[in-house]
Amino acid sequence: MDKLIEQFSFGLFFWQLLLFLLLVLLLRKFAWRPILNSVEKRETGIKDALASAENAKKEMENLQADNQKLLKEAREERDSMLKEARQIKEKMIADASSEAEQKANSIIASAQEAIKMEKQAALNELKKEVAALSIDIAEKVLNKELSSKNDQMQLVDTMLEDVKLN
Amino acid sequence: MLKEISTKAFALFLLMLSFGMNAQEEVHEIAPQHEGDKDLKTEIKDYINHHLQDSYDFSLYSYEENGEHHYVGFPLPVILWDDGLKIFSSSKLNHGESVAEVDGNYYKVFHGKIYKTDAQGTINLDEEHHATNEKPLDFSFTKNIFVIFAVSLFMVLMFASMAKSYKKNPLPSGMGRFLEPLVLFIRDDIAIPNIGKKHYRKYMGFLLTVFFFVWIINLLGLTPLGVNVTNNIAVTFALALMTYLLTTFTANKNYWKHIFWMPGVPWPMKIILAPIELLGTFIKPFSLMIRLYANITAGHIVLMSIIGLMFIFKNWLGSSLSFGLAFVLALLELLVAALQAYIFTMLSALYFGMAKEEHHDH
Repeated sequence: MDKLIEQFSFGLFFWQLLLFLLLVLLLRKFAWRPILNSVEKRETGIKDALASAENAKKEMENLQADNQKLLKEAREERDSMLKEARQIKEKMIADASSEAEQKANSIIASAQEAIKMEKQAALNELKKEVAALSIDIAEKVLNKELSSKNDQMQLVDTMLEDVKLN
Repeated sequence: MLKEISTKAFALFLLMLSFGMNAQEEVHEIAPQHEGDKDLKTEIKDYINHHLQDSYDFSLYSYEENGEHHYVGFPLPVILWDDGLKIFSSSKLNHGESVAEVDGNYYKVFHGKIYKTDAQGTINLDEEHHATNEKPLDFSFTKNIFVIFAVSLFMVLMFASMAKSYKKNPLPSGMGRFLEPLVLFIRDDIAIPNIGKKHYRKYMGFLLTVFFFVWIINLLGLTPLGVNVTNNIAVTFALALMTYLLTTFTANKNYWKHIFWMPGVPWPMKIILAPIELLGTFIKPFSLMIRLYANITAGHIVLMSIIGLMFIFKNWLGSSLSFGLAFVLALLELLVAALQAYIFTMLSALYFGMAKEEHHDH
């Protein structure tokens, strides 16, 4: 320790203190401050860039999800439209067929009616014709038969009998 | 990297030298020179002592030729305050061998220090072999100060150019690629955890400067240039003093309260604790000073002693073994150089953190 104190060089201490103080001041102004500032600037820049990249990724994901949703909706709409169209088609076909059936039925009914009418008319005609014919025949028979009284009576009798049978 | 290579090259050079000595030994085998051995040992010891000391000129190495010392290097200015400023070149001192005459005063170097003497350069010694001559105030621009100055200049140029490179490109380029992780390490692993996000910016200048300064100076000490700065107590004292002053003058109320009136203990304890805590504030930077000084000094002494062993062994096996040991130790010292810089910075940050600690309930 004695030797240390004796060896202590005040000049060296003085110069070291002076030079080192100068060195600290110079380096702080010309080196450390600009270096640390630019390093910090770079670090915040990197941090910001990373954060914005993360944001962009999230936005992209959102966008993609939106797209997916839109696509799904469109698909659903298409499906529902197709379904509706099919329903409409089926309904139309069913309507048309029932209408046709109705029309056909009415045509048939009216035809049947007409036929019935015609038949009635024909029957009436026939009845009239038969009546006329029978009157004719009766006339002729009467003309011939009335000449004899017996015959006449006989005839009336048979006729009456016939009527009863009828 | 370059420094490491040069250390290796130096060690290799020493190894080759030891082989040369082997050859020499074979010639003199008939008459072994014990006296020469002893001379070599004291010479190594002197060399180590000399290496650990500061000097008034910058000399890389010296050699002896025709009984004369030759130094490879250049002189530095000597600045004395002795009834007025005296500035002269250290070549006048001639490495302590001659007396320098300046304005009618005579100065001589004795054990690495300048003393005022008479014209013949007599140094009066007391019983303990200490010089009793008058010592002028010495502000000489010595070898260590030259190195400190050079390193400071180098650091300013290096880091200013690094700072400039960020203006063009936000990414580090060139030296910055290597230095930026270190700067970030000091910020993220030393300053912020110890001082806290709120106050750390204020101390970054000192922490970064002290880390790189101590590290570069320690590394330079491992080169064969023979520079050796951090094993000077004056240097580590100056560094530790700054830590102390920064801690003391930036401390908040909470820090002082914990020193003079420790909360949460009964009042007699408070009175006992106050001087202990106050002493602690001095011991903390004091330990910083001693730690750095002792680690580097010990490392240098051990490494140089082992290198010196190569010359003492003078045989193939011993010399190569001590070469291997010196090599491993040099690698260890590389680690120590960085580690001591880290510890100094880390503990300084810790002390700043204590000074800035916010009040919290106990």
